[in-house]
Amino acid sequence: MTKFIKGNEAVVVGALYAGADVYFGYPITPASEIAHAAAAWFPSLGREYVQAECETAAANMMFGAAAAGRLSMSATSGPGMSLMQEGISYMAGAELPGVFVNIMRAGPGLGNVYPEQGDYNQAVKGGGHGNYQCVVLAPASVQEMCDLTLRAFALSAKHRTPAILLADGLLGQMMETLVLPQEMPPRPDMTAWAVQGTPETRGNLVKSIFLNAHEQEQHNRHLQERYAAMRADAAHEAYLCDDAEVVLLGYGISSRVARSAAEELRAQGVKAGVFRPVTLNPFPAEALCKTLDGRKALVVEMSNGQFRDDVQMHIAKEGKRYQSVSLVNHMGGVVVTVDEVVKAVRISF
Amino acid sequence: MTTKQTTGMYDNFTRSGRDTRATHYCAGCGHGIINKLIAEALADMGLQDRAIIVGPVGCGVFGYYYWDCGNISAAHGRAHAVATAVNRTERDAVVLAYQGDGDFAAIGFNNSFQAASRGEHFAAFFVNNAIYGMTGGQMAPTTLTGMKTMTTPGGRDPATAGLPLHVCEVFSQLDAPVYIERVSVADTPRIMKARKAIRKAIEIQRDGKGYALVEIIAPCPTNMGTDSLKAAEFCNTQMEAEFPLGCFRDRTAEAVPRPPRPPAPTPMAFFADTHDDDAPAAEVDEAFGEIRLKFSGFGGQGILSLGLCVAEAARMEKRFITWFPTYGPEQRGGAAACSVVISGKPIGSPAVDHPNVLVCMNQPSYERFVGTVVPGGVVIVDETVTRTVAPPEGVRLVIMPAISLAAKLGVPKAANTMMLAALSRLGVTHVTRDNLIRALVDSFAKRPALAEKNVTLFEAAEIEADSRIRLG
Repeated sequence: MTKFIKGNEAVVVGALYAGADVYFGYPITPASEIAHAAAAWFPSLGREYVQAECETAAANMMFGAAAAGRLSMSATSGPGMSLMQEGISYMAGAELPGVFVNIMRAGPGLGNVYPEQGDYNQAVKGGGHGNYQCVVLAPASVQEMCDLTLRAFALSAKHRTPAILLADGLLGQMMETLVLPQEMPPRPDMTAWAVQGTPETRGNLVKSIFLNAHEQEQHNRHLQERYAAMRADAAHEAYLCDDAEVVLLGYGISSRVARSAAEELRAQGVKAGVFRPVTLNPFPAEALCKTLDGRKALVVEMSNGQFRDDVQMHIAKEGKRYQSVSLVNHMGGVVVTVDEVVKAVRISF
Repeated sequence: MTTKQTTGMYDNFTRSGRDTRATHYCAGCGHGIINKLIAEALADMGLQDRAIIVGPVGCGVFGYYYWDCGNISAAHGRAHAVATAVNRTERDAVVLAYQGDGDFAAIGFNNSFQAASRGEHFAAFFVNNAIYGMTGGQMAPTTLTGMKTMTTPGGRDPATAGLPLHVCEVFSQLDAPVYIERVSVADTPRIMKARKAIRKAIEIQRDGKGYALVEIIAPCPTNMGTDSLKAAEFCNTQMEAEFPLGCFRDRTAEAVPRPPRPPAPTPMAFFADTHDDDAPAAEVDEAFGEIRLKFSGFGGQGILSLGLCVAEAARMEKRFITWFPTYGPEQRGGAAACSVVISGKPIGSPAVDHPNVLVCMNQPSYERFVGTVVPGGVVIVDETVTRTVAPPEGVRLVIMPAISLAAKLGVPKAANTMMLAALSRLGVTHVTRDNLIRALVDSFAKRPALAEKNVTLFEAAEIEADSRIRLG
């Protein structure tokens, strides 16, 4: 069964199949269609939809739903995501699952509503306070807007930390054919720690406060163990990389531009491939290094080199020799064109 | 010696990290009394299994050391947001939010007010001691005029710090709350009245009737800089002069419990019923290649739906398709455009920078995009567009009187259908006529009368197109 829908709507399809119990919305362009679809579909399926008074409230509502052992989500764009950082940090501290969707737009500040990838560091490095990490997934198609939302719920519940679906205005607004999921995954059992107003959960307590410094440190160390365990879930996609002389690196919509560029470069006789992380945290560093293996690399991104810098950091952390990684980018809501990538490859290498 | 154990609290407060029955509250503090009143009410009503208390940040943060029921520790000011989520998902739970004045009425005021306005199903216990306790005695929204605090060393000056905030009076402006009362725990007769109000608010939750707010005036000797007796006296005189005790609202009798959720379908059943058609998934067909199209014009000309029709028709033929529109203020500003890619394999960039097919319904879009068309491509313009710029070499220019034809056929809004017919006659989309018509009909699924009308228009336009399309 298929559906021709917007990326933003596909997110809601994924959430419903994931078993999301409740959606907390606040409108913002270019993410509003997610709230529209959730407001229409969540109640039809017996789930709850709440329009929050602000994104700060929405994120704290997610904290509350998660504390009660419920699967919850919200979607927003940069300005709203900044406000949600409070709730994300508290959820990470209290080891609560939940899915945040960021349909990135240009910033900083009010910026504009056109696609950008400038929130990479905020999502991947943690935009709130404290030693925490979120699972970060980067869809590159309408199909993945649905499928990775499902995976975000699963990974968030598995690792007991919030998950962020990091997409952008183009992925949110575009339409493609979605093949609907076949079934719902089993529901994670959270009764061991959730507070549900039942006899069996009466003794449970959800908190992020540890007044004793040593206890707080222990808690932090425990969280780091969780994040280390996340690495096994790193995922990537390599396209035409086997015989590539040049590897184009990009995530999300940039990887789609890179894909077209690789095809065009091959038509021109340059063996190009594309490596795209599907998970930005955990980062598929090992696979990246294996794929690159000293080959020429060019990053395509719609931000100021945040992603490129991270790629270089991961290469270094894997113990590889320093590798120069070129960059072709735009900011401000300007989408990198296929021509620009092709030209950059031809000039750089 | 045996003392009567407070019911509803743990026997030992080990969560504090010590083996103790002593609370962390200062001597003469009102919190301990209020904690106890809530605990006893839950125990007496047999509600501990159902109760979830959402705690604040402030002196009340450690309520979970004591209350023998489910406990959630919220961020500063957010207990109402957290309790909103909990009461929405746990319909059988008895949800209570416990907050101080900085938490409830300063940082969290909007969260508190909006939750009350939505009529969420939980009870709010708002402890008003006119000061921030945990952080060391700073001015709260409820600090009295002239009162000295760490941040109003010369006394609260209304000229720069405003006047005390009256929470019950403000919340009484809302329609949704079922019960609003201000009480005090500064002496025994007042405690007995507070006990009654707290029980009532909890009963409202037990019965699922809606939002209840109890504001509780409480002494804070430590930060009031005085002893227990004088702090209580301060509450009874100065605080009550500013914050009069009493019931502001009681609609318990007429409040109706919220209905249970009706049974709901699974996503599989839901989407099987609502999916728009049974179009198949795309299939790889390398020989087909890729067509990149751009549609452009004014908002209201049906540019986006024209692109959608072409994409939908191609989808019926198992092609890979993408559709990407202009959105946001650009669209509201009057310009409309969309990119469509039809391909025999998975599509890379959905943004069409260099179209094979460009449709222009107005002058600005022609001038903006005509230079981007690839050699061998085609530009279809409405005849109202003045060709101020020549298309690039090797690009075919086709002029279609879409706007005038639609007007002539009596439906000026159907200029996009005229263009669709022209695209069909020109064969540039490589999609069959049948599927273009099917997609056109589907696009009017909610208005079947218009679907029929547009098919008639499409057919008329085809005939006209053959005679009136001309090469520029």
